[in-house]
Amino acid sequence: MKKIALFCLVFAWLGLSFAGDIIKIGVAGPHTGAYAAFGEQLWRGSEQAANDINAKGGINGKKIELVKADDACEPKQAVSIANRLIDSDEVVAVIGHFCSSSTMPASEIYDDAGVLMITPGSTNPKITERGLVTILRTCGRDDQQGTVAADFLVKTLKAKRVAVLHDKDTYGQGLADAMKAHMNILGVKEVLYEGLTRGEKDFNALVTKLRSLNVDAVYFGGLHTEAGPLVRQMREQGLNVPFISGDGIVSEEFVLTAGGEQYVKNVYMTFGADPRNIKAGQQVVETFRRQGYEPEGYTLYSYATMQVVAEAMKQAKTTDGIKLAKWLKQHAVNTVMGVKSWDNKGDLNTSDYVIYQWHDNGQYSEL
Amino acid sequence: MDWMIILQQLVNGLTLGAIYGLIAVGYTMVYGIIGMINFAHGDIYMVSAYLTAICIAVFMSWWGWTFVPLILVLTLIVVILFTSLYGWVVERVAYRPLRGSQRLAPLISAIGMSLVLQNYVQISQSARTQGVPSLISGHPLRIGSEQNFVQITEMQILIVIVAFLSMAVLSYIIQATALGRACRATQQDRVMASILGINTDKIISIVFIIGAASAAVAGVLVTLNYGTFDFFIGFVTGIKAFTAAVLGGIGSLPGAMLGGLILGLAESLFSGFVNTDYKDVFAFALLVLVLIFRPSGLLGKPEVEKV
Repeated sequence: MKKIALFCLVFAWLGLSFAGDIIKIGVAGPHTGAYAAFGEQLWRGSEQAANDINAKGGINGKKIELVKADDACEPKQAVSIANRLIDSDEVVAVIGHFCSSSTMPASEIYDDAGVLMITPGSTNPKITERGLVTILRTCGRDDQQGTVAADFLVKTLKAKRVAVLHDKDTYGQGLADAMKAHMNILGVKEVLYEGLTRGEKDFNALVTKLRSLNVDAVYFGGLHTEAGPLVRQMREQGLNVPFISGDGIVSEEFVLTAGGEQYVKNVYMTFGADPRNIKAGQQVVETFRRQGYEPEGYTLYSYATMQVVAEAMKQAKTTDGIKLAKWLKQHAVNTVMGVKSWDNKGDLNTSDYVIYQWHDNGQYSEL
Repeated sequence: MDWMIILQQLVNGLTLGAIYGLIAVGYTMVYGIIGMINFAHGDIYMVSAYLTAICIAVFMSWWGWTFVPLILVLTLIVVILFTSLYGWVVERVAYRPLRGSQRLAPLISAIGMSLVLQNYVQISQSARTQGVPSLISGHPLRIGSEQNFVQITEMQILIVIVAFLSMAVLSYIIQATALGRACRATQQDRVMASILGINTDKIISIVFIIGAASAAVAGVLVTLNYGTFDFFIGFVTGIKAFTAAVLGGIGSLPGAMLGGLILGLAESLFSGFVNTDYKDVFAFALLVLVLIFRPSGLLGKPEVEKV
C-alpha cells in the first residue's frame, strides 16, 4: 500500500513539473561577491528581456521563468550551481556564466546534459574551442579583443616599452596572452610580463617597478576591482602613461575603485561597439533608462542572449539543447544588438571590438 | 641597481608592513592571553573599513563638513569605538560561552563568527565593491630628479606615524599600567590571576577590544589610502597579518610589528626586483625558514615543556 502511495506521489510530482506552462531558464553569474556589478548587468538584461517576451505571449504560449544562480565568479561554485540548475531546477537553457573561469568547468556539465548554454560575457577563446555542442556565446573572443588592443598600442599610441600585466585568472591571463602574441607579431616585445594577485589592493611595488622600467604604456588583463587600485597607484606615483585593458573594466564601478574621476584619464579599453547606439535596441535602452538604470556594459548583451534563446525555442519548437544549438548555428537571429549569427564552434560570425576611452568626468566613449 | 628605486621600494614595503603589523597585533594579543587564534579578526578589520566609509559619508555628505583633519580625527575615534564594540561582541558570543570547553570548540565558533560577519556585511551593505573619495591628495614629497625620484605621499607618512604611535601606546599600556599588569598576569596563569583578585573575564574582553581597536586604526588608514574595499577584504589581509604575527612570534607585541614590517618589505622587494607572480610564495617560504630555525617566531618566547 505504502509503495503504491509513494508511486502515485512520485508521478503526481513528475506530472506537475512537466505539465506546467512555463519554460525555466537559468541565469548564472556573479550575483554576489566582488564582481556583482557584472552579475547585475547580466540579471537586469535577462530579466527585462524575459518580461518583454512574456508580455508578448511568451514562447509558443509558454511563459519564461528565470532561475537566478550565483557562482560568485568561483569555478568550484559554478560547477555546483550548474549541477543544481540541471538536477533540481530542471532548467532547459542557461544564460551565463559570466567569468570565463566559471564558464569553462560549468559548460562541460551543460554539454553533458544536453542543455543549451549561451554566455553573454565570457570571452576566453577556449570556451568554444573544446568541441562542446550546446555552448554558444553572444560576445566576441579575447583573441579578437587582444588583436584590436595590440593594434591600438603599436599603431596609434606608438608604444615601444609596453608592460603586460594580468590577474592570473582564466579571463585576465588569456586576454593578456592574446594581446601579447599579436603585439609580438607587430614587432614590439613587452618589457615586463607579470601577474598580480586577485583581491589585493596594494600594487605600489609593481608600480615602482614599472616606473624603473620606463614603460610608455601598460596593458592589463583583468577586472576593474584590481585595475582601479592599479591605475590609482600608477597616477599617484606620477606614472601617467596610457593604461589599456579589456571588457573587464566596462563598469562605472571602475571609477569608484580607481578612487575618483581624476584618476581614469588616459585609460582605454576594448569592448564591442556600444550596443546602446545600435538602432534596433533604442526602445529597450529607453525602457531601462525610464527605470533609472543605465544599460551599460553587458546589460544589452544579456538582453540579446535571452532573445536568442527564446527565438530558437520558438522556431525550432523544442527545448532540446542539441537541436537548439544546431538551429542557431544555421540561422540568424534579430536582437536588440542587431542581427547575430554563429559559426560551427558557437562563436559569432562577426566581431566588432573597438577602443573606448575613459574621461576625467567618469564616463567612457568610443574613440 | 638604482638607489632611488630601492629606496622607493623600501617606502612601499614600510607602509604595507605597518598595516600588516597593526592588524597582526589583534591576532598576537588574543593568542597571548587565551592561547587561541581569533579567526574573526580579519573580518573585524573589514567591518572597520565599512564604518570608515559610513563616517566619511555622514560627515561630508550629510553634515557638509569640509575641514579634513577634523573629519579624519573624528572618523578615527568613531570607527575605533564601534569596531571595539564588534570585538567585544565577538568575544562575548563566540569565546566566553565556550571558555573551559575543549580547545577546538572556540576555534570553530570563531570561524563561524567570521562567516557571520562577512554575510552580515554582504546582506546589509550589498555585495558590490565600495569606495571612498580620496581625502588627502596633496602633492607627494619627492626627492630626486624629474624622472628618477623617491616619493612619499602624505597618506604614507600618516600610515607609518599612526602605526608606530599606536604600537608605542599599546606597549606602554601593557608594560607600565595596572591594566597591562593584569593582562600579563592573566596571560601567565589565568587561574592564579583570578585567585589574586583579577577579573580575568573582563581582562580578556579588554584584550579583544584592544585588538579590534588596532584593526580599526588599520582599517581607517587602508580605506583612506586605497579607497576601495568589499566584504571579502578581511580574508586576504587577515591571512597576511596572521602570517606576520607568526613570523614575529605570536604572543609578542613588538614581534607583531617586526613581523609585519619584514613581511611588507619582503613582498615589496621581491615584487619589485624579482617577480610579482611569486611574491606570496617568497613571503611564505620566508615564514617556513624562520619557523624551522626559530619555531616560536623571531621574538616569541620558546615554549617551556612542563613536566
